[in-house]
Amino acid sequence: MIPELGHFALILALCVCLLQGILPVLGAHNGRREWTALARPAAQASFLMLAASFVALAWSFYVNDFSVQYVAAHSNAQLPTLFRFGAVWGGHEGSLLLWVFMLSAWTVAVAQFSRTLDDTMVARVIGVLGLVTSGLLLFILFTSNPFDRLLPAAENGRDLNPLLQDPGLIFHPPMLYMGYVGFAVAFAFAIAALLSGRLDAAWARWSRPWTTAAWVFLTLGIALGSWWAYYELGWGGWWFWDPVENASFMPWLIGTALIHSLAVTEKRGTFKSWTVLLAIGAFSLSLLGTFLVRSGVLTSVHAFATDPRRGIFILVLLFLVVGSSLLLFAWRAPKVALGGSFALMSRESLLLTGNVLLVVACASVLLGTLYPLFIDALKLGKISVGAPYFNAVFVPIMAPVMFLLAAVPLARWKNTDIKEIALRMWIPGALALVAGALIPYLMGGWTVMTALGSALSVWIAASGVIQVARRLKSSMPPASFWGMHLGHFGIAVFAFGVTMVGGFQEEQDVRMEPGETVSVGGYQFKMIGVKDVTGPNYAAARGEFEVTKGAGAAKILEPEKRNYFSSTMPMTEAAIDAGSTRDVYVSLGEPLEGKAWAVRVYFKPFVDWIWGGCVLMALGGLFAMSDRRYRLRVKEAVKP
Amino acid sequence: MKAKFLIPLALFGVLVVFLAAGLGLDPREVPSPLVNKPAPAFKVPQLEQPEMQFAAEDLKGQVWLFNVWASWCVACRQEHPVLMQFARQKLVPIVGLDYKDKRKDALGVLQRSGNPYDINAFDEDGRVGIDYGVYGVPESYVIDKAGVIRYKHIGPITAEALEKTIIPLINELKKS
Repeated sequence: MIPELGHFALILALCVCLLQGILPVLGAHNGRREWTALARPAAQASFLMLAASFVALAWSFYVNDFSVQYVAAHSNAQLPTLFRFGAVWGGHEGSLLLWVFMLSAWTVAVAQFSRTLDDTMVARVIGVLGLVTSGLLLFILFTSNPFDRLLPAAENGRDLNPLLQDPGLIFHPPMLYMGYVGFAVAFAFAIAALLSGRLDAAWARWSRPWTTAAWVFLTLGIALGSWWAYYELGWGGWWFWDPVENASFMPWLIGTALIHSLAVTEKRGTFKSWTVLLAIGAFSLSLLGTFLVRSGVLTSVHAFATDPRRGIFILVLLFLVVGSSLLLFAWRAPKVALGGSFALMSRESLLLTGNVLLVVACASVLLGTLYPLFIDALKLGKISVGAPYFNAVFVPIMAPVMFLLAAVPLARWKNTDIKEIALRMWIPGALALVAGALIPYLMGGWTVMTALGSALSVWIAASGVIQVARRLKSSMPPASFWGMHLGHFGIAVFAFGVTMVGGFQEEQDVRMEPGETVSVGGYQFKMIGVKDVTGPNYAAARGEFEVTKGAGAAKILEPEKRNYFSSTMPMTEAAIDAGSTRDVYVSLGEPLEGKAWAVRVYFKPFVDWIWGGCVLMALGGLFAMSDRRYRLRVKEAVKP
Repeated sequence: MKAKFLIPLALFGVLVVFLAAGLGLDPREVPSPLVNKPAPAFKVPQLEQPEMQFAAEDLKGQVWLFNVWASWCVACRQEHPVLMQFARQKLVPIVGLDYKDKRKDALGVLQRSGNPYDINAFDEDGRVGIDYGVYGVPESYVIDKAGVIRYKHIGPITAEALEKTIIPLINELKKS
């Protein structure tokens, strides 16, 4: 009964969303107030319907209703309750429901916090969001209904993929989706502005906090995914340039460009059509990501079940949404007035350079991701593009971005004196040179890449600290100032972590017997033994290793090799001793003859800085969003 | 409408065409280097009558289906009913290659669940399988009258693959 109610709520939500997508937009066009007034109540109603639907699915998981096909395929009576809840979005159907649910949550948030925005604009924004939601709801109802029944009911479920039975994975998809879906708001604002022909500073100011919010979620979502891959897959890597990872990274790159471009549009009224294009691009890439992940056109470690009908449906949806918005762009953008002019050397031109570089970086990731598909479609053979391509292309593009981003906050709008900037950047410059020369040497060996990475990190961090210190002398800066510097500082921390791990990690793949010792990165790993243990829904071999450094106290690490009862695939649980300047990492490979095991041991210097940097970036975004002026303007506008 | 504002739309159009083409492709399908090459020659004992030999040349002048299977292979059980049905059509000879198996087990399976094969070659040590580039059981090959491999199917033959690909190909090859 509950699943049917959920299904019914889903159908009702579709009807409401269609109304929400059509009437307010038409009303805004024809000036019919009674139609535009529908936008907010419709958004609230569809949100309630989708919430009901989501709760119905979660309930079916909670009570182990294995007569629901989706539940039977992704849960199991032995699965711990927390994971049963996470399993709601552990498969294709449920994760799409989550996608749509979040989209409608964003829509309600827009409806709620845009009281002072003029009604026709709100009607258009909510209308566009309604249309996107309807498209996805049609997709769910026709190809991926999570409420399909399985009759007769299964005795027990097939269980959640053991890879996903991890707290990191409970939060990773919702975070990522919040980011993906959040760009729909920036997209809707851009489309509404194109429809009205009013691409002005007010539009940019309204878009900014929403875009930043989406970006914060996406940043955290990607970081969580990367962290999960690091400790759960047991390969010791943190980024694999896998198509699914790239699918989330591309909107991030464009979103980053968009945040900065919106700032210029708000402050100076320039870059309007560019900003609109980026807003369309960020959401289009989110949709493209969904297509790539859900259609199976590319092979990936995230081997999702694929169904050709689903691929065609998403492709059509992608075609309609992106095609129509780009057509609208081609039609309306030429009429947009150009903003203020700026000199060759100005904050605008520097931001534009950074922007273009970010877009180029995104394009090269897109090319690398889709290249195997292009080649295959042109019947030129089967190839795969791996990390070497991405590293070779990505670093030369991002290095200038990092070089620029330290100096841009010093540049003035319209026209800036490069000598003035150079004068104020000599201290960070000198520190960067020293860092580039010394840090790699101290860590164990100088290479060009480690020198470049260390120098750029210090360059950004030092200039940020100096700029903040100088600013604090005059007055307390606003939140957005802190946000910018925190975000940039996060990049420095991140880049330093990447450089150190890339340059100085050590690993060993060894055969070990109890009592044997292996030494990696100055640490001694002594294998004590391997014993069998049993978990709630798995049996495992648990290794015991004693880790010591010099005369320091010993630490015990217990990596596991788990066999879940429901699956034939053994899972690796790496044991990690995390530290602020290094992780030591042990994972069990295969059992060998006798009591010997294949063991992988890693020493990873500064690896946690990678995720720490991401958290700092996200914090920076939060600060930027909380800037008083977004709320001040609201208050001013309320006054008659 | 200025032309430069249409560039994003045009680029997107190209992308969509490729994505649509990509939907019809299977990224996991790796082409076999053996397709359109002569089938490797071999001569091994037959499964049912160990004293008799089977050689690939024996079927020269005929189109035949060469199916690699084993009693230990679970996916082969899934494929089995499809092969049984195909055998009833008596379209072409079906030759089995019992790969890295025990004679007793293999004969037991055929006895219990039916024998779709006209002849079964017994590849006890997997030597023939290596020549044919077998890396997963089951795999199947369509071999033409001149003894050239025309098609390789990896994994269990599905009813759909049989109807849509294998039977039309066989009919075409038989005509030539």
